[in-house]
Amino acid sequence: MLQVRGLLSTMVLEESKSVHNDLISQLQNIVGADSVVSHPAELLVYEYDASLDRHLPAAVVLPQTTQQVVEIVKLANRFDLPVVPRGSGTGLSGGAIAIKGGIVIVTTRMNHILSIDYANRRATVQPGVINADLTHYTEHAGFFYAPDPSSQKVCTIGGNVAENSGGPHCLSYGATTNHILDLELVLPTGDVIHTSGADGDQHGLDLTGTVVGSEGTFGIATEVTVRLTPLPEDTQVLLAIFRSVDEASNTVSAIIGAGIIPAALEMMDGLCCQAIEAAYHAGYPPDAGAVLLVELDGLREAVEELVDQVSTICRNHGAGEVRRARSAAERAALWAGRKGALGALGRLAPNYYIQDGVVPRTKLPETLQFVEQVSRDIRLPIANVFHAGDGNLHPNILFDRQDPTNIERTLRGGLEILRFCVEKGGVVSGEHGIGLEKREHIAFLYTTEDLAVMARLRDCFNPRQLFNPDKIFPPLRGCGEVRDQRVAARLAKEGIYAV
Amino acid sequence: MAIVTAPTAKAMGFTEIDAPPRSIIDRCVQCGFCLPTCPTYQLTFSEASSPRGRIHLLRAVSDGRLDLRAAVVREQMYQCLNCRACEAVCPSGVQYGQLVEPARAQIEQAHPRPLWQRMFRTFIFVRVFGDMRMFRLASGAIALYQHSGLRTLVRRTGMLKLLGLDKQDALLPEVPLRFVIPSGQRWQPQGSPHHHVGLFTGCIMSTAFAPTDEATARVLARNGCEVVAVPDQGCCGALALHAGEAGTGRENAKRNIVAFERLELDAIIVNAAGCGAALKEYRHLFHGDPEWSRRAERFSASVRDVSEFLDTLDLVPPGRLDRVVTYQEPCHLAHAQRITAAPRRLLAKIPGVRLVEMEESSLCCGSAGIYNVIRPEFSRRLLERKLKNALQTGADTIISANPGCIMQVASGLREQGKRVRVLHIVDLLDEAYRSV
Repeated sequence: MLQVRGLLSTMVLEESKSVHNDLISQLQNIVGADSVVSHPAELLVYEYDASLDRHLPAAVVLPQTTQQVVEIVKLANRFDLPVVPRGSGTGLSGGAIAIKGGIVIVTTRMNHILSIDYANRRATVQPGVINADLTHYTEHAGFFYAPDPSSQKVCTIGGNVAENSGGPHCLSYGATTNHILDLELVLPTGDVIHTSGADGDQHGLDLTGTVVGSEGTFGIATEVTVRLTPLPEDTQVLLAIFRSVDEASNTVSAIIGAGIIPAALEMMDGLCCQAIEAAYHAGYPPDAGAVLLVELDGLREAVEELVDQVSTICRNHGAGEVRRARSAAERAALWAGRKGALGALGRLAPNYYIQDGVVPRTKLPETLQFVEQVSRDIRLPIANVFHAGDGNLHPNILFDRQDPTNIERTLRGGLEILRFCVEKGGVVSGEHGIGLEKREHIAFLYTTEDLAVMARLRDCFNPRQLFNPDKIFPPLRGCGEVRDQRVAARLAKEGIYAV
Repeated sequence: MAIVTAPTAKAMGFTEIDAPPRSIIDRCVQCGFCLPTCPTYQLTFSEASSPRGRIHLLRAVSDGRLDLRAAVVREQMYQCLNCRACEAVCPSGVQYGQLVEPARAQIEQAHPRPLWQRMFRTFIFVRVFGDMRMFRLASGAIALYQHSGLRTLVRRTGMLKLLGLDKQDALLPEVPLRFVIPSGQRWQPQGSPHHHVGLFTGCIMSTAFAPTDEATARVLARNGCEVVAVPDQGCCGALALHAGEAGTGRENAKRNIVAFERLELDAIIVNAAGCGAALKEYRHLFHGDPEWSRRAERFSASVRDVSEFLDTLDLVPPGRLDRVVTYQEPCHLAHAQRITAAPRRLLAKIPGVRLVEMEESSLCCGSAGIYNVIRPEFSRRLLERKLKNALQTGADTIISANPGCIMQVASGLREQGKRVRVLHIVDLLDEAYRSV
């Protein structure tokens, strides 16, 4: 049976009990029985992440050391099984979904901070360390880890590396790639490499930069050396309240046009404000058309001046009110609201389909008008919360996946928005990755030749395409659907009804 | 995007009565914000042991994809401490507690326990906790066992170890010989009363923690309240509800509603966080019963935790106590009732008391009702973590506001031979007033 390779391997494995048992017992030998999940019912909780796609893996392993990861990867090679790395499962593009089954390697138990070197402003951590924990551990010494995805209290550094995650503060501090100095990477062959020199600098080709953002298709990082950033002397947060999304988006261009780069510059529309306020009671006005959340940081005197300048620009562009957070607690409350915005949308509808398109800042007003028009066309509400400063939109189409008529309209709406972004000179994903969800959309952006070069680069690292297969690149059609049906039939015998 | 449509085959799902509400399940958008706050996730880093994972299992049962009787469903619904830390951080407002209790009730229905277990559960939840006379009898027996010298004898013979009951014995609080029996007795303030309040005396609070009930009444009276121990009240029913015994829980609720309805009260004061959370949520027990829903709603609206209530008063200045304290947040105060600032403000009002915050003060201590008895391993690991965090502060007193937490933390300290006291917040306030 093992003669059948490639696409059908998962199915073969899942259909052959003795092979499956063999795999599980060997995985257990590597990590111990309590670190392997193999019963179909228990695998259900690894069929999802924070996006909409779902697929059951054949097995899940929770290793604790690099050596264990190496052995798991080698085993997967022997069994011809796909390997999918997963952190906390907060991804928004389906990156951690085992779309072809196989083994999911969960890094949540690899969660130790290995060393902190304040003199050289760097820390080495295991991939399962939570993003915000790193800041929590280094704050007392005057440092923080700058990239701050909204899920930073949950998401892992390893996941951030895979997705090259952004966040509100990436406007001035840069995205994950600007903060990764070195990676210990287990390659799809099971070999272990470091992507930088011992000093964390690149000598020769920039392997670190190549691997960051490769969405788990180049290997799995088992140690990550990150840059620590000194905390600014002063931080101020402003909340500017506007009657319309139009006014707020014009203000964004005006602020950046005035030569000011705020630490963060975020926009939320009225619908979002309502959801956030219901969840956090942080002072977001539910009757506003849109708000801008502006963080300014730096030296105390400079920040004061920036606060005045930004407040004036906001008022000149129609802000009815500009509030300044008066304490650290008020700042934290405003940020908690912003960062919980996505989850808060659960108060408005059972599901959201989040888009991650980017447009040049000056195109924001017309893009948001287009989003509004799409919302009318598909007859579904769209809530906007996004990194306005760098033109990274997050329109969220609110729908109910139980209602099949909703789904077609949701997908159509998402597609139209992304098409528009690309037409306006933007891209289909700013920070969430391409993953499964946007692998068809990436073709809007690149020619076949462009994609072929990328695929060749991937194949250098991942020649058998066992690592996180079917991600990033437009899918090949055909046998997948047949396979799904056969796997479903087998699972049904176990009492699991794949639907 | 893989689209989920209708189920293809039948698995045993939820029955219609008392099913975990689909509307609550659907609120979960799987963002994962609950993961780091969940004590069992913190111990296992396994998705099944997270609120998001557990909700997904319930969704799968509700969708007909997973059988209600599957081992993982039972394991996870009972591995959960029901501490509700997830609820407090959930951006979409999933009322997780309203899922886990019905889920347990469904499991109990679908998967009947052996006869002896059912008889034992009925005995405990209906006979002992359901009837305060029986409860006092049992508590009295424990008090007698502890005070008569019998315990010393039994411990010396090594009989407890032999019977495997030594751990349970260590968990037992020192039960006083005098109980508070609610029979309409009143505590009068000096001068004319500003508030008329009813004291919810509780089951464990009125027996093992009878001095705390009395301290509560004294502190309230000192602050201008006429306090009455309302007669005919009983156990709040939380333990039965947490164990999936919905019917018994409802009976408890009805009795308390009837007892307190008879009096005109400004507030019903409760000093046990777990009971307070249950009392405030009685309305969820009577879906589809408008008459009792209305009565439950009115009852719940007047329930106040003692810290919450004192925090609204212009507090009479307490006397000085030179103490370094740390605050252990009861889950059902911090997460279920969202009361976190009031206890800290009260502590700040006692001259001489210095509050040193511990790490993870709102992470469950592992007591969680009867969790420490049915899941000793997880409970012990959470307790060790709690003690480490608490002792690191250098505090001489650990303050809490729930009998379960106090017993759990105290037993851990005893075992480690630490001379740190564990007190209910009103015990400390009472001490401060007495020192004037």
